[in-house]
Amino acid sequence: MPAPSVVRGTPFHERTGPLCQAGNWRRWAGHLSASSYEPTHEHEYQAIRSACTLIDVSPLHKYRLSGPGAAALANRVVTRDVDRQDIGQVYYTPWCDAAGKVRDDGTLHRLGASDFRLTSAEPTLKWLHENARGLDVEIEEETEQVAALALQGPRSRDLLQRITDGDVAGLPYFRVMSARIAGIAAEISRTGYTGDLGYEIWVGAADAIPLWDALNAAGAPFGLAPAGMLALDMARLEAGLLLVDVDFIPAHRAVIEDRKSSPYELGLGWTVSLEASNFVGRAALRAERARPPAWRFRGIVLDWDSLEAAYATVGLPPQFPGTTLRDSVPLYAGGRQVGYATSRGWSPTLKTYLGLAHLEAESAVVGTELEIEVTVEHRRRRARATVAKTPFFDPARKRATP
Amino acid sequence: MSGCDAVVIGAGHNGLIAAAYLARAGLRVVVVERGETPGGCAATEELWPGYRVDTGAHSLTGIDARVMADLDLAGAGPTPGGAGSKGAGLEIMSSDPCVVAPQPEGGALVLERDPARTAESIRRFSPRDAARWPDFVSAMARASRVLSVLYDTLPPRLAGADRGDLWELLRLGARMGRVGRRDALELMRLIPMTVEELLWEWFESEALKGALAADGVRGICQGPLASGTGYMFLHHMVGAAGVVRRRRQVRGGMGKLGAALQRVAVAAGAEVRLGHEVASIRVEDGRATGVVLAGGDEVAAPRVVSSADPGRTLLGLVDPGELAPEFVRALENIKYRGVVAKVHLALGEPPRLPSGGDAAQAAVLAGAAITVAPSIHYIERAYDDAKYGRPSERPVLDAVLTTALDPSLAPKGHHVLSVAAQYAPFQLADGSWDEARREALGAAVVETLAEHIPRLEGAILHRHVLTPADLADRFALPEGNIHHGEMTLDQVFFGRPVAGWARYRTPIDGLYLCGAGTHPGGGLNGRPGAAAAARVLRDEKRRQD
Repeated sequence: MPAPSVVRGTPFHERTGPLCQAGNWRRWAGHLSASSYEPTHEHEYQAIRSACTLIDVSPLHKYRLSGPGAAALANRVVTRDVDRQDIGQVYYTPWCDAAGKVRDDGTLHRLGASDFRLTSAEPTLKWLHENARGLDVEIEEETEQVAALALQGPRSRDLLQRITDGDVAGLPYFRVMSARIAGIAAEISRTGYTGDLGYEIWVGAADAIPLWDALNAAGAPFGLAPAGMLALDMARLEAGLLLVDVDFIPAHRAVIEDRKSSPYELGLGWTVSLEASNFVGRAALRAERARPPAWRFRGIVLDWDSLEAAYATVGLPPQFPGTTLRDSVPLYAGGRQVGYATSRGWSPTLKTYLGLAHLEAESAVVGTELEIEVTVEHRRRRARATVAKTPFFDPARKRATP
Repeated sequence: MSGCDAVVIGAGHNGLIAAAYLARAGLRVVVVERGETPGGCAATEELWPGYRVDTGAHSLTGIDARVMADLDLAGAGPTPGGAGSKGAGLEIMSSDPCVVAPQPEGGALVLERDPARTAESIRRFSPRDAARWPDFVSAMARASRVLSVLYDTLPPRLAGADRGDLWELLRLGARMGRVGRRDALELMRLIPMTVEELLWEWFESEALKGALAADGVRGICQGPLASGTGYMFLHHMVGAAGVVRRRRQVRGGMGKLGAALQRVAVAAGAEVRLGHEVASIRVEDGRATGVVLAGGDEVAAPRVVSSADPGRTLLGLVDPGELAPEFVRALENIKYRGVVAKVHLALGEPPRLPSGGDAAQAAVLAGAAITVAPSIHYIERAYDDAKYGRPSERPVLDAVLTTALDPSLAPKGHHVLSVAAQYAPFQLADGSWDEARREALGAAVVETLAEHIPRLEGAILHRHVLTPADLADRFALPEGNIHHGEMTLDQVFFGRPVAGWARYRTPIDGLYLCGAGTHPGGGLNGRPGAAAAARVLRDEKRRQD
């Protein structure tokens, strides 16, 4: 008898399963997640940037914090100042260990004065409980109870507005509201992992299938298509968004100190509110802020001509990745290694070969000329690359409220 | 309320020693103590009219010689006229015979200060052991001398060491070089050993090994066959001037130690407020800013130095939101597991060993401690009960006739016998400590003693029992642990009180620990208090630089 599977489908699996022509599943936090639905992911990527897509993000860990001490707990954990968070506001935020090294990042939705939803990539329940000592707060894991669907792309607002009673058009960037979608009670947040106009929709698991059906029934005129992780990975690279375990290692799982990063070293200094209440890691981050960080997190853009030249030596046209590469490759300046790129890929929209990189501070100034290692026909060579600002792709529609 | 430069929580010996050093350095110091008398575990109470009893510690083996000298504790005290003297007037009394260890088959082993005389006593048990005794004493003295060097040093930081740490390591290396590389290596070999292994290398006599091994398990919930009990044996030798199981007490009772220390601290300018319990430590923006008293009064100070145990200080008095979860987890994992109970007996006559033990009887009357631990296996069996959450049916006893050295502690001709009994686990397998269990414990101790002192029961006028739970309440000992944290190998040196924080500081700026829960641990040695004060003063100096 075959052993029972250790992974399971998400609440949308009844619909997404038959749609996945590619059979290209991966595991995400114990759930089946489609890498792509079609045999290749190009259409799905294009739908993100030019139409709209449904991306099943239910495997995200989700926690509900409620009760008189909920805000204090949130303030204790995340680096941002929750006292300044409006009801209905969403924070993107990392959180740290006592040494100020990033454990994880996610979004904090303030649904009420004392009611929060925290999403995370890593299981976080124990961390929340450990930080709740002495606080009157209820911590509920709702990963299985809440289904989450990202509706992303330039047409997403028009589609969603058609089937919800909520004022989606009036919902600003990084805000959340309650509304009904085809009669289903949902929270709609203007968030996502694509760097484009888009929403994430949070419903009870039992409402997942009706939600999926309602969106798809209305979606055809807007070019709605399901999209998998490969397309999403390309979009998030263009958006310059960090991916856990690729662009940073959670501090609590790092086996050596060098693998840990502070928010400043990940380009997340803007999320750190050192004046706010005493969050975990604040003292260390205050000390770190007093001196400039040794490492920076930056974009890089590969130089096409030098890539072409490297391949020309063996008689090949330049090769570039069709998916986002997640292996680390060295970066050099003046012949010395000054960093490494953790994500790399081709941007079909920008027609550019991009990367995200950890760089020693003196080599991290935008415009600095670097060399990147490229393996051409089994041999290591170098191509030129330039330090660039992120996000690479940042359309006005991402934040605009018409 | 008025401000000062440092608040010290607790007027136990470590708190007062820290206060004295800080005040001498010019800081305005306020000591806040919940009890009505100073001294903490060095306590003397008149349990019955005319009987003054050391209800906590009843022996003063190894208070650090430098602390004694720095604070002039032994200097002439205040005279009735009150003129001239600056000393604290602490009078330490010692007994030449240190230990009498009565044996089940009759006879008793006597350990004395003089190795040759002790060898004579051992000879009746084993001529071979008798011949080895002088060498053993000098080997243990050498090992404990190296250990005392470690005790005088801040445990170096292994991760994140800076130049200052390297300097300390170099100094440690130099001092180790002075005591001798061979002795240092020998200590490293002995530390992780079981006390049984350590003694097995030297001796064959069960009587001798039992009497010695009792020191290896003192205050820890482990038997003599557990790793690290060799270290515990050596811990008691530090500061004991090379005497194995040195026996000393304070004239007038151990409470006089607290009084003397209070006098020293006050003379240096410190203020000691007795009868005030600290309700919380105030923290603002990650810095300690003072303490709030149970009545609501506040004492503001940029430094708070706590001689309370690490858990009580950081988990009990500090808002939990001020501490990172990793640190809290480490604090919560500190093992306390108290195993010592005290039984106090008022006697109408001195304890009499069975006839035939004239030397032993003389030793008892001269003030030697009576140790009931006739073999290693006896101790291990006593531990077996505790392992399963029961008090030992036949406990290991350390009974001190305090009136032998200091007759003023009882009415004329009467005596006080103070007994430390082990193992009595704080956490019982079934139920908790109540009156019936307290009485049963007292009865087991008396019964065990009576096997060696046949007329004991008839001589008892009063009996008083403190279970580990009572000790916890009376002396604020965590789970009744006499050392503010078990001194097992994982909880000493770098690991005391928790790994990474072995240097008296805490994650809260300006909040320091100075009690027995810090390096180098408990046993009335006074070193944590002195070292914590040094750390506070060094931080202060660095701030001014």
